Amino acid sequence: MAAMMLLRTNNIKKIYRMGSGFIRALDGVSLEVEKGEMIAITGASGSGKSTLMNILGCLDKPDSGEYFLAGDNVAVLHKDKLAEIRNRYIGFVFQSFNLLPRMTAIENVELPLQYAGRGDSGRIAMRALDTVGLSDRIHHEPTQLSGGERQRVAIARALVNDPTILLADEPTGNLDSKTGDEIIGLFEELNILGRTIIIVTHEQEIARRCKRVIRMKDGQILMSD
Amino acid sequence: MLFLTIIRTSLKSLLANKLRSFLAILGIIIGVGAVIAMLSLGAGARKDILDRISSLGTNMMSIRPGQRGMRGVMTGSFQNLTLDDALEILQKVPSVKCVSPVASGNAQLKYYRKNTRSRITGVAVTYQSTLNLEVEHGRFFNESEVDRITRVAVMGPETAQNLGITQNQIGEHIKIKGINFKLIGLLKAKGGGGPFNPDEVTIVPYTTAMKILLGVDFLDSISVQAVQGADQSKVQEDITQLLRKRHRIAEGAEDDFHVFNQAELIQTASEFSKTFTFLLGGIAAISLLVGGIGIMNIMLVTVTERTREIGIRKAIGAKDSDILKQFLIESLIMSGVGGLIGIAAGITASKLIGMGPQFKTLVEPASILLAFSFSVGVGVFFGYYPALRAARLDPIECLHYE
Repeated sequence: MAAMMLLRTNNIKKIYRMGSGFIRALDGVSLEVEKGEMIAITGASGSGKSTLMNILGCLDKPDSGEYFLAGDNVAVLHKDKLAEIRNRYIGFVFQSFNLLPRMTAIENVELPLQYAGRGDSGRIAMRALDTVGLSDRIHHEPTQLSGGERQRVAIARALVNDPTILLADEPTGNLDSKTGDEIIGLFEELNILGRTIIIVTHEQEIARRCKRVIRMKDGQILMSD
Repeated sequence: MLFLTIIRTSLKSLLANKLRSFLAILGIIIGVGAVIAMLSLGAGARKDILDRISSLGTNMMSIRPGQRGMRGVMTGSFQNLTLDDALEILQKVPSVKCVSPVASGNAQLKYYRKNTRSRITGVAVTYQSTLNLEVEHGRFFNESEVDRITRVAVMGPETAQNLGITQNQIGEHIKIKGINFKLIGLLKAKGGGGPFNPDEVTIVPYTTAMKILLGVDFLDSISVQAVQGADQSKVQEDITQLLRKRHRIAEGAEDDFHVFNQAELIQTASEFSKTFTFLLGGIAAISLLVGGIGIMNIMLVTVTERTREIGIRKAIGAKDSDILKQFLIESLIMSGVGGLIGIAAGITASKLIGMGPQFKTLVEPASILLAFSFSVGVGVFFGYYPALRAARLDPIECLHYE
């Protein structure tokens, strides 16, 4: 029996207007991701990896092509429906952590649960923080946490709704190499537990630790292995 | 997202910028306070006017001679109201409780060294109850004194004061137009002022006034009191018909008299004070509107400052409507809190204004409700645009916003 397909894109294109000209950010990208994969997307800046990430994360829609996630062609969905999909199926981890200031770690982690309209968010958020090893820092605000701790809170927040895929955009870009290493280690642990993870990165070291690397150039997939 | 959670989040972000939030709601506080204070001033004025009118007697009517005019120029009053007119109104018009002829003129009053000019009003005994005149010291004159053309006088408190008369002088003689009158009573003060100050009068029997003081055989006016609950306009109509017949006025010709009724007077006065209230309230409402612009300004700044937060919230699943709600509730909290503080400020302000001698104020619950709901309305109106702007932001751009 073949592995379970999580998402599939078919010839997706995205064009941005830049001043007077146009940029082909994505020029026919077809991609399949199966459950349990750990994928690195690499490429120079301007190669289209961020645009692909935004589209995979349902923050943006392709101009043409199809994108199937959880059985829906999300390329044609209304933005409210996309918000719902981001909430249920996707967990984001950003380079700059993007925690909300003046909110404690647990409040940050509870946020996706609240938008999902789920009760007992405190208990679920607690469990997610436990998974990333931060159960003793739950009432700290971001400013009271180290960079690595902040990223762990962000990962807990990304995991809290039990998403289909975890999308990480340069997750170690703002961390020193030792802390970055720990974060990638955490991703690896999560992957072993069955979590599907896609990491956008320009660091070869991280790409090397992923099972599959997708290299992009000029809006196209250069090679995928 | 749970409503309570949104409120908690909004409160938190408002409290994070205490001074800024306070300055933004200050405009609303002042606006609501001003609206309540101004409306209380209007309501106080209205109550004052209506109190004064009803102190004149509730179901009272007054018949006055018409104005004599030549091609639109008034040249004086007709001298056509007679004692017989008054008598016949009492006898023939249904629902009339009592009637008093009124003959009046100005005269010099003298008591020892002091003298003053006062309005002399000659009336019948029933005039006292028709106009709700209260005698504070002494008594009003009686029927037999009227019949016998007695020289007795009842004085208003202000006239008495002008002559240096107190209750101790009751029973003594004063001079009106050089004629001796016995002072038998002092009226209770009604309060008021102006050219028709009800406290600056001297009341004598109409017989005495007409025969001895004024030497006239016509009346200035006839005051009529209808029975309680009578249809005033019906009584008014009946009196008009009767007088037209008595004065032999041809069909289609103008009346040579006017019938004023209390209800009309009250209506005119309350319409006037309503306009006055609208004007004051309207001016105050403008300041509330300006307060709303202050909130809008702060909300726009807040939205810009929190662009990144908006992006994060959208990335983790907030819909446009969630963002809209969040910012709208923030401005609603500001205007609502401003409104509540404004109510307290307004009530305090109107109490302070009312303490002074010049103005009476009355804070009506309706005006509090009006000012508060207006402030909440301002919050929604001026908060909507910033909130909509926040809701429509593109999540990708927000996440890259520095």
